[in-house]
Amino acid sequence: MDQKKKKSYLINTAAIALLYLLFFVLIQTKTINNYFVGIMIMTCIMIIMALSLNIVAGFLGQMALGHAGFMAIGAYSSAMATKAIVDAGIEMPSILLLLVALLVGGLVAGIFGILIGTPTLRLRGDYLGIVTIGFAEIIRIFFINFGPTGGAAGLKGISKLVDFNNVFFITVIVAVLIFTFGRSKHGRAIISIREDEIASESAGVPTTIYKVLGFTMAAFFAGLGGALYAHYQAFLEPSKFAFMFSIEMFVIVVLGGLGSLTGSILSAIVLTVLPEMLREFSEYRLLIYSLLLIIMMIFRPQGMLGRSEFSLTDFIDKLIMRKNRKTTSDGGEK
Amino acid sequence: MNLFLQQLINGLNVGSIYALIAIGYTMVYGIIKLINFAHGEIMMFGAYFAFIAATSYNMPVWAIFLTSMIIMAILGVAIEFIAYRPLRNAPRLSALITAIGVSIFLQNLALLIFKADPKVMPKLFPEKIFYLGGIEISSTTLITVGLAIVFMILLDLYIRKTKQGRAMRAVSEDKDAAILMGINVNRTISLTFALGSALGALGGVLYSVAYIQVFPTMGVMPGLKAFIAAVLGGIGIVPGAMLGGFIIGMVETMTKAYISTTWADAIVFAILIIVLLFKPTGILGKNTREKV
Repeated sequence: MDQKKKKSYLINTAAIALLYLLFFVLIQTKTINNYFVGIMIMTCIMIIMALSLNIVAGFLGQMALGHAGFMAIGAYSSAMATKAIVDAGIEMPSILLLLVALLVGGLVAGIFGILIGTPTLRLRGDYLGIVTIGFAEIIRIFFINFGPTGGAAGLKGISKLVDFNNVFFITVIVAVLIFTFGRSKHGRAIISIREDEIASESAGVPTTIYKVLGFTMAAFFAGLGGALYAHYQAFLEPSKFAFMFSIEMFVIVVLGGLGSLTGSILSAIVLTVLPEMLREFSEYRLLIYSLLLIIMMIFRPQGMLGRSEFSLTDFIDKLIMRKNRKTTSDGGEK
Repeated sequence: MNLFLQQLINGLNVGSIYALIAIGYTMVYGIIKLINFAHGEIMMFGAYFAFIAATSYNMPVWAIFLTSMIIMAILGVAIEFIAYRPLRNAPRLSALITAIGVSIFLQNLALLIFKADPKVMPKLFPEKIFYLGGIEISSTTLITVGLAIVFMILLDLYIRKTKQGRAMRAVSEDKDAAILMGINVNRTISLTFALGSALGALGGVLYSVAYIQVFPTMGVMPGLKAFIAAVLGGIGIVPGAMLGGFIIGMVETMTKAYISTTWADAIVFAILIIVLLFKPTGILGKNTREKV
């Protein structure tokens, strides 16, 4: 058992290192241009957003349609924090500054997660969905009217701290954290609420606490994603965090498969890269996108991966087994 | 006092439009438990068809309304048939994503056909202003509110008195039992979409007349607000949608007049949240018991 775990860790770490090395070489040799690197950074940020939303939508099974609101809180609060530090003239290595930004963005969004989650999570299904839309819109309207963050014109002059190197590793860390959270005692308690709230309550799971915990975790990581976004774009405007952006993230999660984290990663990559690739058809871009969405849902309503996870270890095992079978196939059974 | 009465009239005007659109949301939700995100786009297309009918074909006013409503009823049924029917037994969230897909599709289709620049909606009603004890009421406002109320009464009578209306209520209460009673569920659902879309189109035309503009994204905000109205009144309940529509319209107008124009939408959302926290199933909604 332990051996198996070790092997799995080894394979996954090696795969991530290889992937990073591949991109590193490609970027260093200028095989892929800056435009494409930009898309990759955005993809990483969207992966973080999708993973965090999957905690609420997938693990907890609640319809949360206001994720952009938490992202906005994280983005604006972290941007204000780093601006204050830079303006005060405090010298700091950029990686430390980025860490401060991530921490501030995540924590402030997390606090708002507790504040919003505690009263609203007693609502169910569509009612919860509409209330989360409401909160996200209120947050957006607040930033439009709030002077210190630049109002509707936007917040300029944020330090640009994010590049592919750090965003890649932050995404990996977030993914690992959410993965392990999902398999921990607390993650399993949250999943039990999705399966049957009343049954899990009668089995002694404090459902309210776990619901708020899940919601807050999602808000924390969304705020972190927002902080990354702010320090990558170096410019923020409230219109970015509109209702459609929340919907976009929700679409990513459902298309990947609710509750499947690898599905979220896969679908975040596809749905961020695909619209960029369709850019040559600019006018027909969203038309094609929406048609694909409809067709995908009609023919595969459970999403790309359903609830199952893609496991690299199992995949390799299967590959090896198939090879073994081939070599021994003329030898008869097994 | 005069200002207040004036705003009351304005609120009634906006509210009646929201109410018409909200009915479509609530009827569809009541019967197949789906938030039909494409409803705002139905409203937008309705306004465009009215615009075309009025400018290119010079139709009389009643024909403009009728064409727009009939075309949108057909489109609504078509959308249900193509996009929602295959997903009727799928997880509800998949159907929701499909609805979002249809919404994005229709919006971009309109962008492609009609281009992004707003068109000026011609005045459909003879302009006349009535004075009533110091407050002004334009003929457009009177006709808007009048038409909305007439259609709501007609719909209410239809749902309560006719055989098809009873079938609708039966299907929304218990689909399986309705099938056992010999009700054609598919036809009833199509009919619901037709009625909801026609009323949405009516709302769209009235909205575009009130704001004198037609553009591809015009359905998004009123659509969202009408949906809020439907939830506020208790989603799935037709009188609730009407009540919710009038409340949202009234709150929005009053906030714009007395508090702040930029915060109006935020206050509308805040009221929705507060109401739902105290009454989680909406104003007219009934609490359903949970069974283990």
